[in-house]
Amino acid sequence: MSKESSDNGNWKNWLSRQWAKIVTNRKLLPVLLVIGLLLSFAIPQFGLLNQYIVLILIYVGINIILSTSLNLVNGYMGEFSVGHAGFMAVGAYISAILTTKIIPDSLAPWLFPLVVFAGGTGAALIGLMVAIPSFKTRGDYLAIVTLAFLMIVKSLIENIEVIGGPRGIPGITRLTTLPWTFIWVVIAVWVIRNFVYSKFGRGVLSIREDEIASDLMSVNSRQVKMLTFVISSFFAGVAGALFAHILQFISPRVFDIIKSTDILIMVYLGGIGSIAGSILGALIFTILLEVLRPLGMWRMVLMPLVLVVLMIYRPRGIMGLREFRWFVPGYDLIATNLWRKKKEAKDVSTS
Amino acid sequence: MFLQAKGVTHYFGGLCAVSDFNLNLKPNELIGIIGPNGAGKTTIFNLITGVYKATKGSITIDGIELVGKTPNQITGLGIARTFQNIRLFKDLTVLDNVRIANYSQSKYNPIEALFHTGRYDGEERRIANHAMDLLAVFKLQDYADEASKNLPYGLQRRLEIARALATHPKILLLDEPAAGMNPNEIGQLMEFIGWIRKEFGLTVILIEHQMRLVMGICERIKVLDFGATLAEGLPVEIQNNPKVMEAYLGEGGDL
Amino acid sequence: MTYILQQGLNSLQLGSIYALIALGYTMVYGILTMINFAHGDLFMVGAFLCFLAATFLHLPFVPTLLIAMIGVALIGVVIERFAYKPLRQAPRVSAIITALGVGIFLENFTLVFAPYPQHVPTLIKNTTWVIGGVSVSSLQLIIIALSLVLMVLLDFIVRKTMVGMAMRAISWDKTIVPLMGIPLNLVISATFAIGTSLGGAAGVMYALAFPVIDPYMGIMIGWKAFIAAVVGGIGNIRGAMIGGFILGGVEILVAAFLPSTYRDFVAFTLLLILLIFRPYGILGKPRPQKV
Ligand SMILES: Nc1ncnc2c1ncn2[C@@H]1O[C@H](COP(=O)(O)OP(=O)(O)O)[C@@H](O)[C@H]1O
Ligand SMILES: [Mg+2]
Repeated sequence: MSKESSDNGNWKNWLSRQWAKIVTNRKLLPVLLVIGLLLSFAIPQFGLLNQYIVLILIYVGINIILSTSLNLVNGYMGEFSVGHAGFMAVGAYISAILTTKIIPDSLAPWLFPLVVFAGGTGAALIGLMVAIPSFKTRGDYLAIVTLAFLMIVKSLIENIEVIGGPRGIPGITRLTTLPWTFIWVVIAVWVIRNFVYSKFGRGVLSIREDEIASDLMSVNSRQVKMLTFVISSFFAGVAGALFAHILQFISPRVFDIIKSTDILIMVYLGGIGSIAGSILGALIFTILLEVLRPLGMWRMVLMPLVLVVLMIYRPRGIMGLREFRWFVPGYDLIATNLWRKKKEAKDVSTS
Repeated sequence: MFLQAKGVTHYFGGLCAVSDFNLNLKPNELIGIIGPNGAGKTTIFNLITGVYKATKGSITIDGIELVGKTPNQITGLGIARTFQNIRLFKDLTVLDNVRIANYSQSKYNPIEALFHTGRYDGEERRIANHAMDLLAVFKLQDYADEASKNLPYGLQRRLEIARALATHPKILLLDEPAAGMNPNEIGQLMEFIGWIRKEFGLTVILIEHQMRLVMGICERIKVLDFGATLAEGLPVEIQNNPKVMEAYLGEGGDL
Repeated sequence: MTYILQQGLNSLQLGSIYALIALGYTMVYGILTMINFAHGDLFMVGAFLCFLAATFLHLPFVPTLLIAMIGVALIGVVIERFAYKPLRQAPRVSAIITALGVGIFLENFTLVFAPYPQHVPTLIKNTTWVIGGVSVSSLQLIIIALSLVLMVLLDFIVRKTMVGMAMRAISWDKTIVPLMGIPLNLVISATFAIGTSLGGAAGVMYALAFPVIDPYMGIMIGWKAFIAAVVGGIGNIRGAMIGGFILGGVEILVAAFLPSTYRDFVAFTLLLILLIFRPYGILGKPRPQKV
């Protein structure tokens, strides 16, 4: 009995050591990225997975972009934006108008990256506008501003007939493929990670911790807030563009408050202030919803209960304020040790 | 003139927290501001650093008007401070607390940050090393990777000063740095303040309740009571000023 | 003129429903500084309890109203005990997300039993009088009068009773309350009970005025009532009432003069403009942060 349990312990130890090796080995990350990219081409090409699973993977990717970008504002900066679906709508509509009305069908697949970029840019410009009230208002009142923004976007779209009004835009070509999704996910995560680990990103964190102290420590909080909203809404727009070209039909109702709520849940489920958390949150949320599909309507009864229980036992989400080493720039991990080594060397040479 | 305040007055609603405050600070001076609780001392720091905008009066540094500027602009002009109630970035590491104060010292733009260019790398290295050097001066280097909320109280106070110095100030405002310290610790703090002042070539304004500290190191002292300046002069003059005695004894303070 | 009077009456009816719901948001906020995002869904539960009592128990109006109010109050208290109380010391957003989760749970749980919109039977015989060109229905009058009675009652409770004073003490400064011997948990429960029961009453009135109900009806109305609370100054009880009537008025007037699709657009744009000029709402006061 005792032998068995110690065997068991050894085995577990071994496994956790291997796991530690994998997660601390930073050279593995580029290798995995290349494999991932190759797979994203190979899977649809050779039909390695069925269509349904490919579709789920694409949704996972889009949701990762959404949760990572919302985490920037809600988790890292500590605001409570409920307007993410609004930025998504802007990106979705701009890109869908481009591919259905302006760009000829034959060119669309080639120009698709630019179309997605345009969607993101449009959303980013709007994000700049939402940043302005954030200079003065915080907390609940900023939450209201973002809500009002979402409602205004939705209502404007409903009232513009040339883009379909309440009926929306049907017949969008399915241009979002697995490789494109993969590439955009990598870009989004990489850029947001880079931002977080820079003086601007540290500014974002300091605003969350104590905005007044942050300003008094020379952080230009307006600049930081503007950048944060622009980057966050850019990637929401990108996700919206990808979403429009996989759903193939968009209408104002697709981007309502429930959509925003879904993204909020992914962020807080995975954990605030963590890129790994955002990815995990998107993954768990998307896959759990699919796995629970046989439960029918009880699925959506169960999901919120899971969320509530999680919040009670882990109020900051699964990875709250913690990060997976892969997402931390190498230098950041070793900066203090490097400094200590240099110092020791200097001490030795002087003595 | 260096830092100058002329007729600075501030109201909170109907409450006059500071009235007609004047100050002429010379480079490398160390002056103290004392006064009973609620006298308006902290408010003066808040007015100088731009947290509040003075209702009346002007504050200048090297002739540049500070009233109306944002706190980060004022910090950029060389004024840094600590807080009466410690305001560290609690969940962030000690190193990050100091690096954040290097915001305007880091010379790279957002695009370079988004793509982690060579310039970003170089600057990040420089800043991390500078921050670590600064922490070492304060003997905090071994805590660099700890969350700042996990430091003992005394070290948190020290970290706050280190963080303020990371903004490369000419003037340092210390708001009750000895709060919660025992006499022994206060002695150390006195030495320490004298030392950083020389080491960093600082001009210091010190708000303090602990008379021993103020009388021991300040060259000049201003006494505030109900927002008004009650007395001003050398430590000995203040100690023998009957008006000051009264204000303090009335509050039951320790002189 | 008669047109304006007519629209004014309609605004009062809609406004009183918004005001009742807004009160629940504001009361909970005042005490816990927490936005109870499940409140809109409790309003929906109120409407469904009304539907159940009227359809299956064939109860008349007053018992139905009481069942809905008490039922919703019980649910509200239970939610607070099991979902929000463990999170009082946690970061504020955790409680907000929990509330969102509870709301989604209520919606979908109801959806399981009511997958299609339900029709609420008529509980009040609706007679319509035409007075000087303005048509006034008995239902309208009852909704307005009943809301006013509930609001006056609430104002009385908050200002004159022990529970109300305790509530105000807590919203003033939570840290001193245990020192004064106020049973914090009891007062929080009472706040939830009162606040949510008003939401339940609003649900009943809404179900009578617009008798087709569905489990998602609370989302939009909940958000709008929340906005009414913000417009009035969140945490301020009289502010919530004012905010509710303003929002009702704006919506009805916009619908009267513009295509109805512009209703949300105008309402939310006005909200933004108001918040620019009065960032803490009409009756709210900023709480200065001491440095
Ligand atoms: N943000 C504020 N709002 C309203 N009154 C304030 C604020 N800050 C300080 N006061 C008031 O101004 C007066 C001076 O306060 P303060 O400068 O903090 O005093 P000290 O630092 O000398 O103890 C006090 O009466 C205090 O209550
Ligand atoms: Mg003070």
